[in-house]
Amino acid sequence: MELYLDMHSPPCRLVFLFAKAVGIPFEFKHVELSTGQHYSEEFGKISMIRKVPVMKDGSFILTESIAILKYMVQKYSSSVADHWYPADLQQRARVNEYLSWQHMNIRAHASKVFLLRAVFPVIMGSEVPKEKMDAAVEDLNQSLNLLEEKFLQNKQFIVGDKISLADIVALIEVMQPLGTGLNVFEGRPKLSAWRERVKKELGEKLFDEAHEVIMKVGSLPEKMQNNSQLEMLRPKFQKLFR
Amino acid sequence: MALELYLDLYSQPCRSVYIFAKKNNIPFDLRRLSLLDGEQYGEEFGKINMIRKAPALRDGDFCLAESIAILLYLAEKFQTPDFWYPADLQQRARVNEYLSWQHMAIRMHGSKMFWLRLLIPKVLGVEVPQDKLDAALEDLNGSLKLIEEKFLQDRPFIAGDHISLADLVAIVEVMQPVGSGLDVFEGDPS
Repeated sequence: MELYLDMHSPPCRLVFLFAKAVGIPFEFKHVELSTGQHYSEEFGKISMIRKVPVMKDGSFILTESIAILKYMVQKYSSSVADHWYPADLQQRARVNEYLSWQHMNIRAHASKVFLLRAVFPVIMGSEVPKEKMDAAVEDLNQSLNLLEEKFLQNKQFIVGDKISLADIVALIEVMQPLGTGLNVFEGRPKLSAWRERVKKELGEKLFDEAHEVIMKVGSLPEKMQNNSQLEMLRPKFQKLFR
Repeated sequence: MALELYLDLYSQPCRSVYIFAKKNNIPFDLRRLSLLDGEQYGEEFGKINMIRKAPALRDGDFCLAESIAILLYLAEKFQTPDFWYPADLQQRARVNEYLSWQHMAIRMHGSKMFWLRLLIPKVLGVEVPQDKLDAALEDLNGSLKLIEEKFLQDRPFIAGDHISLADLVAIVEVMQPVGSGLDVFEGDPS
């Protein structure tokens, strides 16, 4: 099995972490998004959607991290513990509920904050307008409030006592703005405690390894500035800042 | 107590749940919700779904939000025919792939067109700048193109020979801009 990944991308960290945590063997194929590698002809043959992650299992190619996770759970069902994606109807529904909700909420808002802080200045050649930044942070805060109040409540993990796919899907997104210097956990002790529990279940060393790149994201603007593909990438990024 | 579905049929995710339940003869009490009248902000509905969106399901004391989760719950609980969500590993993956992709693509773009062409000018009485409309149309066309070229290709349905949840979820989104007078099917025979 091949996994095409750029560890700056939360969904890539998601499939990486899960595969490693449950012992699914795979070959790591690096895709450098900051240099536009996903727009190459070669990558286009793997996926015409030109996003990461992508999974290639024999001749079967699959995009979308959520679909890849579920594929892994189903294919390796004999070795993946039930709590990751419980067979119980209601518990599974709770996982699916989070996995569905997060696309247009935590994922969208955490990514936007990250892009505005880490990439906007180098793409647009100016600082982010304050209202734009404030609005994006406010949206993220609303999502984090819902994560705490609706999805976590007073439970150990999103579904209950045990970790599931929902917790990893959530945490990798929440981690995204951290490397840009925005501490989303500040003033949120419940979220911090949950983060520690999830890290412990996955393995602290593995978790830190997956997040190494995103925590050093300060060097990303310089890398992009010096890159010959910047002009080609510029309009594509500009769309994301609308 | 019968299963309750809280739906506003102006909403695409509500239509997919409604059609799926009816098609599979799943018994339910329809609880109509008017989003335009702000009924989702009522106290009662807040107890069902604190995210305050439709659709929502209540099955005994179990409440569930998010149409995708609701569809999967109904398919499993009522053991609907396999083709809706095939047990086969690769076919199921194709359905999951579409169900995941669509959130930030056709769902977002189809909804935006509906708002920009209908809700904002006609209901809120605010004029929409042409460049905004053009950009939204470009995004929508991009999504429609991907549906044809990546998800459908030359297959009759997204997962292959049979209809699945993916097609149901897709069609209700694609129909949304049509309601605002934009014929998305024009010039697109497939």
